[in-house]
Amino acid sequence: MTSPRTSAARTRTVSIASEIDEQTRLGEVYITSLMRSQLRLALGVLLVIASTLGLLPLAFHLFPEIGRVDVLGVPLPWLLLTVVAFAEIITLGWLYVRRAERNEATFSDLLEGR
Amino acid sequence: MTNTASIVAVILVSIASLAVGAFGLRLSRTMSDFYVASRGVSPVLNASAISGEYLSAASFLGVAGLILARGVDMLWLPIGWTAGYLLLLVFVAAPLRRSGAYTLPDFAQLRLESVVARRVSSLLVVAIGLLYLIPQFQGAGLTLRTLTGAPSWAGQLVVALVVCLNVLPGGMRSVTLVQAFHYWLKLFALLTPLFFFLGAVGSRSGGPDVGTVFVADWVEPLGGQNALYLTYSLVLATFFGTMGLPHVVVRFYTNPDGRASRRTTLAVLVILSGFYLLPVAYGALGRWFASDLVAAGRADSVVLELPSRVFDGPLAEGLTALLAAGAFAAFLSTSTGLVVSVAGVLSQDLVRWGSGHRQGIRAFRISTVVVVAVSLGLTFVAAGVPVARAVELTFAVAASTFCPMLLLGIWWRGLTATGAIAGLLVGGGLSMGAVLSTTFGHGSDGWFGVVMTQPAAVSVPLSFATMVLVSLATRSRTPEHVSQTMVRLHAPEHIDLNRGSFHPERWNRSSARTGTTSAEVSGPHGPSDAREPADPGTAASSGAPHTAYGSGEPTARRRGTTVRRG
Repeated sequence: MTSPRTSAARTRTVSIASEIDEQTRLGEVYITSLMRSQLRLALGVLLVIASTLGLLPLAFHLFPEIGRVDVLGVPLPWLLLTVVAFAEIITLGWLYVRRAERNEATFSDLLEGR
Repeated sequence: MTNTASIVAVILVSIASLAVGAFGLRLSRTMSDFYVASRGVSPVLNASAISGEYLSAASFLGVAGLILARGVDMLWLPIGWTAGYLLLLVFVAAPLRRSGAYTLPDFAQLRLESVVARRVSSLLVVAIGLLYLIPQFQGAGLTLRTLTGAPSWAGQLVVALVVCLNVLPGGMRSVTLVQAFHYWLKLFALLTPLFFFLGAVGSRSGGPDVGTVFVADWVEPLGGQNALYLTYSLVLATFFGTMGLPHVVVRFYTNPDGRASRRTTLAVLVILSGFYLLPVAYGALGRWFASDLVAAGRADSVVLELPSRVFDGPLAEGLTALLAAGAFAAFLSTSTGLVVSVAGVLSQDLVRWGSGHRQGIRAFRISTVVVVAVSLGLTFVAAGVPVARAVELTFAVAASTFCPMLLLGIWWRGLTATGAIAGLLVGGGLSMGAVLSTTFGHGSDGWFGVVMTQPAAVSVPLSFATMVLVSLATRSRTPEHVSQTMVRLHAPEHIDLNRGSFHPERWNRSSARTGTTSAEVSGPHGPSDAREPADPGTAASSGAPHTAYGSGEPTARRRGTTVRRG
């Protein structure tokens, strides 16, 4: 009853894994695609950090009046460089871990023929 | 200022650390226990240990002092130290764990397949480790002097002694427990007095002198000359330096797999973010209650002096004792971690005494004593460098050496051994030059002087550029097994794949023979026959692949094979 399906799946499992093991072009394509998706994700995180936290010193330099703004009695730069920055770092980390694990799940699904 | 309660607290912390370490000792038996705690550490315990090890004297005392003295610009330090872990998480955490290497030199050898690259990395690990140990010992001396009036060398000697006693018997396993314990102690030590302070501030309407708090160049960012360059350089050094610190990196091998190492790092981000709000609060409170410390040049001691400024009598004494205990835990945990990683590298790579499991552990113990003694000596020599400066420079060196090697090595197939070594030398040379010129006080004027005080913004891009350009020039010499290495670094562990057969313990003399091979993940083709390693020197000179790779199965290239898609 189940034999046609399982045998078909097994053929492919062995195939892609051994393509990678034997370093054929196809195997290389699979690993490279995993690396690319993870690298794209990592660079995305870096880009977000660079364009928010990373631009803050420049913003302070170009618009010194930011330093004189108060929010709830706390100067804005102090708020940005403590609570907001840490919240951003944790959120980015959490999003990254979720997406990275999803990328890996896609990769192993591909190899296990699901 | 003599404070008996504080002395008692410091002694209690030392005894408690030794006791926790002795408990961990019962669990550590094998060589891999000694270096990496057998990889069997749970994520929460590991995250606490990582944070406990990372939060050094600079975090516990230095950040509050710098914020008190220089205001908002110094908030970049805690942010950079936390964001450094974010970059470590996204670029390095999982692949580094999957590499299966124990130390940075192991990684260099795995990826670059070059013994020379391994040796250069080993030298750099020792240099960075010693450089980072100096401020820890300095801080310990300062703290004990503030609390008891004892000479600085007394505090330094105490820390050195406790570190040795902790590391010598148990290696990494006992250290993991000690560091997790230290993190919670540090958090508790900063948090409890803060509640009392906030109560005191709330009851004191108006406060002593709000005018001293809201001074423009303290509240507003980018005060001082060349502030924009200095800030960016600091950001670069801290964001990218964390992943290159040897004692940080060695912790990732204690995770069970790559997925767990990501989750551990995420936990570390949360733990660090929570912790770093506390020294900021101390700095701001210090501005309110103890702003005279800046003029007296003792801003670093603000955390320790705050209780006696706000309260009198036994309450002040008790809170000071608690903070002293926390500060001492900070010195102990960071210096223990550094000593373990530097001694590990020293005993594996740079000295060799005989071979075999037992000699390996003996070499590790001798190296521990040597590392502690040398760094104590250097501390006496470099007495003039402020604690926080030395820490900043260490991050700059790490960011301009190991950071490019890790990032390019993990994500770019093209990195060659020659390219990596050239980059390590350029980045390391520049940043170390800056360290030396700061230590021996050759301050020069103009842009050159500015770059020398904060070298990262120049040395990090140069190091990256050197690695890329030299690797492109030596493209014909890409490491032979680079494809397999990439599979090993990036594919999840549960998939059966050929990941090559590199194993650090095989390099590390023939300890693999003792049968205590750790829970190393390896595919069905895993460590093939573990032949007796030849002398690494001959392997290096003849250019033959090192035996740490096993006998290397023939890699048959089948072209044109396709997979039928269903």
